Amino acid sequence: MTAIARKLLVLAVLAVALAGCGSTAKGPVEPARVTLADVAPPDEPYPLLVWDPLEPLNRAIYTFNAGFDRYFFLPVVRGYVAVTPLFVRNRISDFFVNVNEFHTFYNSVFQLKPERAGRAVLRFVINVMFGFGGLYDIASAKGIPPEPEDFGETLGYWGAGPGPYLVIPIFGPSNLRDGTGLLVDTLAEYYALPAEVTSTIAYNAVSYGLRPLDLRYRTPFRYYSLGSPFEYDLVRFFNTEKRRLDIER
Amino acid sequence: MDVRRGLLGCCLAASVVLGACSSAIKPQPVEGPPPPYDYTIVDPLAATVVGTPPAQAAKVPDEINRDQLSLTVFPEREIPEIFWYADELKFSLVYQVEPAPLIFLVPGTGAGPDSVKSEYLQKALFQGGYHVISLASPAEPEFVITASSTGIAGRPQDDARDLYRVMRLAYEKVKDRIQVEEFHLLGYSLGAWDAAFVAHLDAQEKVFDFDKVLLINSPVSLYVSAQILDNMLDENIPGGSGNIGALLGRLINQFAGFYQQSGQLNFRSDYLLYNLYTRLQPSDEELEALIGLAFRFTSANLVFTSDVMTNAGLIVPKNLELGPASSLTEYFEVSIRMTFIDYFNDLYYPYFKERDPTITRQDLIDQASVQSIHDFLAQANNVGLMTNEDDIILAPGQIDYLRELFGDRAQIWPTGGHMGNIGTRAVTAYVVDYFGR
Repeated sequence: MTAIARKLLVLAVLAVALAGCGSTAKGPVEPARVTLADVAPPDEPYPLLVWDPLEPLNRAIYTFNAGFDRYFFLPVVRGYVAVTPLFVRNRISDFFVNVNEFHTFYNSVFQLKPERAGRAVLRFVINVMFGFGGLYDIASAKGIPPEPEDFGETLGYWGAGPGPYLVIPIFGPSNLRDGTGLLVDTLAEYYALPAEVTSTIAYNAVSYGLRPLDLRYRTPFRYYSLGSPFEYDLVRFFNTEKRRLDIER
Repeated sequence: MDVRRGLLGCCLAASVVLGACSSAIKPQPVEGPPPPYDYTIVDPLAATVVGTPPAQAAKVPDEINRDQLSLTVFPEREIPEIFWYADELKFSLVYQVEPAPLIFLVPGTGAGPDSVKSEYLQKALFQGGYHVISLASPAEPEFVITASSTGIAGRPQDDARDLYRVMRLAYEKVKDRIQVEEFHLLGYSLGAWDAAFVAHLDAQEKVFDFDKVLLINSPVSLYVSAQILDNMLDENIPGGSGNIGALLGRLINQFAGFYQQSGQLNFRSDYLLYNLYTRLQPSDEELEALIGLAFRFTSANLVFTSDVMTNAGLIVPKNLELGPASSLTEYFEVSIRMTFIDYFNDLYYPYFKERDPTITRQDLIDQASVQSIHDFLAQANNVGLMTNEDDIILAPGQIDYLRELFGDRAQIWPTGGHMGNIGTRAVTAYVVDYFGR
């Protein structure tokens, strides 16, 4: 087993094991000299708090994700950058953004946003016809930028609250509603395409290999780049808040 | 079919070759006379938050030669499990292909080696033809975890020694890849304060024998400046400092409102803050709260990190070993409500008192001021200061003190707040030209 695979296995086992055990003691534990009751009035609002009943498991998965990113995913992205010129990387990114218009279309329909659905179709057609099958995002240059919609947002539009916070392995922060949405979108694409396509090696390599790689490449987030030990709390809050705002738009 | 396959093969081969053929970049230095000072923001708070408006910004290269590296400073140190991700100290090397002077760059409080301002200075200095070793601030959690000998940030004599050790190790790591003509030192904000003490140390130990040292927007006294920043937050929370939650809620709602209206919010845009500022038109009280909040967040990270590293039992119960699944939410809520003075009284002072029972609070406050190396700075011809008349971290009278201390080695701009004008053509040119390349 390669060193990386071994590290990942260790991390995966750790994540499961550590979900149960949080803190340990290296001597007799004394209570903290300053606690929350000392510094905050009892009726003080905590705007950064998010419902997180699975917190120990989520924190363990968050740690696993950070390790997966550091020891596997980011090295692969770096390799991708090293062997692929910027021009090619941009074409790949444009292609997948265009493919996504499929999800934007039906989710816009479900959210009763016909103009947005129309623009998704327009973008897709323009890019396929004039952008070499979607390799060039001509539509953006013509003033029609992407306005992504996913099924999680659709559920939210129809009143579904986020539900408990979830950290999904590899994918990262989410919640019950949005995780369900992601599943629905993934299945929709799978079943929309004919079986002759989805069974080919090329489709699987692109869909489960190149596409996540491109997504990670395009996502600037780096775990612990701010150096804050409280990153889990901040990510939990900002992700939840951003989703709330995206649904309202 | 064969033609297509052949074409595909050719394309792949070409892309591999093209990808592999990226050579090191040569800088294009800015020629011409020094540009005039044209910074327009006169409110020092707005200047501090917004920085340089797009129309006044100097042009720096998008791509430079930069490698992100790391060091193990104390190989025998056991990193606590909760800090597993901070097992090595990151730093960046910006390199020239020709021989050039090397500038060590020390950033402000809580900043990593590639923070926004550091990255900007890396690009400007690269364009000016220098190598740069860009470091983390001693008041940054990763530095405290991996490179601080005490685990407590903010005592300049210790921080300087720790920084000096890191500089030596970083240089050792890269010296075979670059040809160095001479060494310089550049620090900004708290990093300038650190740099002053490192220059003092270097004058005695002469490991690098810095040719030129530039201090940008340095505080005089850490204690005084920290109090100013704390008050900016506490005095602008309606209902008193315990109600930080309500203030956060309000700020979040305001930002959310802007996000709804603005359509696509480009978080990666350099002009995000400027656009937000012109649209939201925040009051001085709101700007102060924002500045104070940013500082509070940084100090919350530090309090928690130092508490764990020294097992002081202040916020985290003594002897409790946190694991990756432990909730840190309560510690976050507590530390974000603690002021720097709380940190000083409850963590910093007891730590040093335990090691030297004769030391007093006033001794520590005095040691954490550049006034403690006044005589050195007064005669150090290689140490210069660049700051702004209206720097918000200085108490009344301190700008005059600095002006007198550095004499003709002081460059004081009329506006800019705390580093708001660093992105202007005139100020950037001054910094790059200071090191005389």
